Amino acid sequence: MHKKFFLLSALFALIACKQSQVTLKAIEGTQLAITDSLAQDQEVLDYIAPYQKHISEEMSAVLAYAPQSHSKTEGPYNTAIGNMMADAVYELSNPIFKKRTGNAIDGVLLNHGGIRSTLNAGEVTMRTAYDIMPFENSIIVVELTADKVRDMFTYLKSGKAHPIANMQLVLTEDDSIVKATVNGKPVEDGQTYFIATNDYLRQGGDGMVFFADPVSETVLDYKVRSVLIDYFKEKDTIAPVRDNRFIKE
Amino acid sequence: MERRSFLKQTSIATAAFSVLPAFETFGAKAETKKITILHTNDVHSHIEPFPATDASFANQGGAARRLSLINRIRQENPNVLLLDAGDIFQGTPYFNFYGGELEFKLMSMMGYDAATIGNHDFDNGVDGLAKQMPNASFKMISSNYDFSNTIMEGLTKPYEIFIKDGIKIGVFGLGIQLKGLVTEALSKETQYLDPLEIAQDMTRKLKHEEKCDLVICLSHLGYEYRFDKISDVKLAQNTQDIDLIIGGHTHTFLPKPVVLQNKAGRDVLVNQVGWAGINLGRIDFEFTSSKSAKTASSAVIRV
Repeated sequence: MHKKFFLLSALFALIACKQSQVTLKAIEGTQLAITDSLAQDQEVLDYIAPYQKHISEEMSAVLAYAPQSHSKTEGPYNTAIGNMMADAVYELSNPIFKKRTGNAIDGVLLNHGGIRSTLNAGEVTMRTAYDIMPFENSIIVVELTADKVRDMFTYLKSGKAHPIANMQLVLTEDDSIVKATVNGKPVEDGQTYFIATNDYLRQGGDGMVFFADPVSETVLDYKVRSVLIDYFKEKDTIAPVRDNRFIKE
Repeated sequence: MERRSFLKQTSIATAAFSVLPAFETFGAKAETKKITILHTNDVHSHIEPFPATDASFANQGGAARRLSLINRIRQENPNVLLLDAGDIFQGTPYFNFYGGELEFKLMSMMGYDAATIGNHDFDNGVDGLAKQMPNASFKMISSNYDFSNTIMEGLTKPYEIFIKDGIKIGVFGLGIQLKGLVTEALSKETQYLDPLEIAQDMTRKLKHEEKCDLVICLSHLGYEYRFDKISDVKLAQNTQDIDLIIGGHTHTFLPKPVVLQNKAGRDVLVNQVGWAGINLGRIDFEFTSSKSAKTASSAVIRV
């Protein structure tokens, strides 16, 4: 476990000329692994205990029930768990956005990589929300021009199952776009569109450069994980499905 | 006549000293002092060990085990400096529920001397970080974040000098470019200053004005990048007078500290011990104190 090395230090001879009159003679580096062969400090364990108990109780709180397990690997194009996340963001963010700005969210785009865990069959707990979304990212609504929205659809052609909501994308066998709609309508020049995403993607995460320099943006101060928790609390049963929002003919 | 003779003898003695290996020269009468630097980085709220079911780090890490190891080392050598290179926050529900309170309290309990600020330490904003500062009895050292227009103003220090067994150790801290990593909503008016320029200011101050025997940089810049970005490797090669860079951010598992050449051709150590508190880095610096020790220029061999 111990990796040792020695380094000799003629180099630091100069230090000897200084006031404190010491010379660095040798340096030794060791990496010490923290393994279960070490004793646990009791004072630390006692200190942690009440925090641990509280977290454990909170995390075990049952919020809903899932009849089936859903993994993000059931894609391409769209997955049940991704659809659930994008739909949850749409359903729960739209009222806040409307109240704040008077406008409505036209569509939602999240990223496939942001789904960090499987939704397991059985009790859906607070822990489920933390497992699926351990990060602190928050919802941001960006107003995009028609060109940027078209860039977004072009980006999505890769087929990776980035979660979307209130939008539809249909590709042909050779990956050209047959249908691309936002809010049920094709993208029109001169129009702008309010797309909800998270702050990581807004900053160009996962190569989503079309989110750069939006016409406007609104920070909702609503974490993606909080959206999931609220969504789970609202629903008794979490049974998302794959559908035709993003498909290849 | 007597004076001439004395000078001649002295010069012979000096010549004899300079040919002898340093170890033998000081072995007989010089006092040896040992400073032990212990360090962690990117612990990311991993207060408990990883569960037995973890695919990568089963049963590894944990604050309670870390402290028992630290205590054992302190019994062996009381002259320990315990440091952390940032990203203390974020990664387990302990952070989500308590905002870093327990992380800081445990580090204080373990007797950490200093830490620097990682990008994830902004995850609850400058406000969230400032809120936890009363729980930190260690120094929060940040040389290149200017917090003057934020709530963090006055809660960090650009450098700190520690004296252990008469050895003067200067520690400064460098944080990573915030743009692209931390949203402005969180970092607010925190200004990121060029790490290389600040490192030059800090080393001049610590090595030449304060005459520190050791200069340590706590860095959250990251070990190395394939693209052009300031890193610990670049920092080591483009500065002088830093003896040790304790790194973080890239979660790099260095099997042993890396020795690089600085701008003046002298050796600099760079170390980083992965993440999540699964390792503790230890670097021992052995000094001899002797007034005649001017020309120690040979190798002590210990394997």
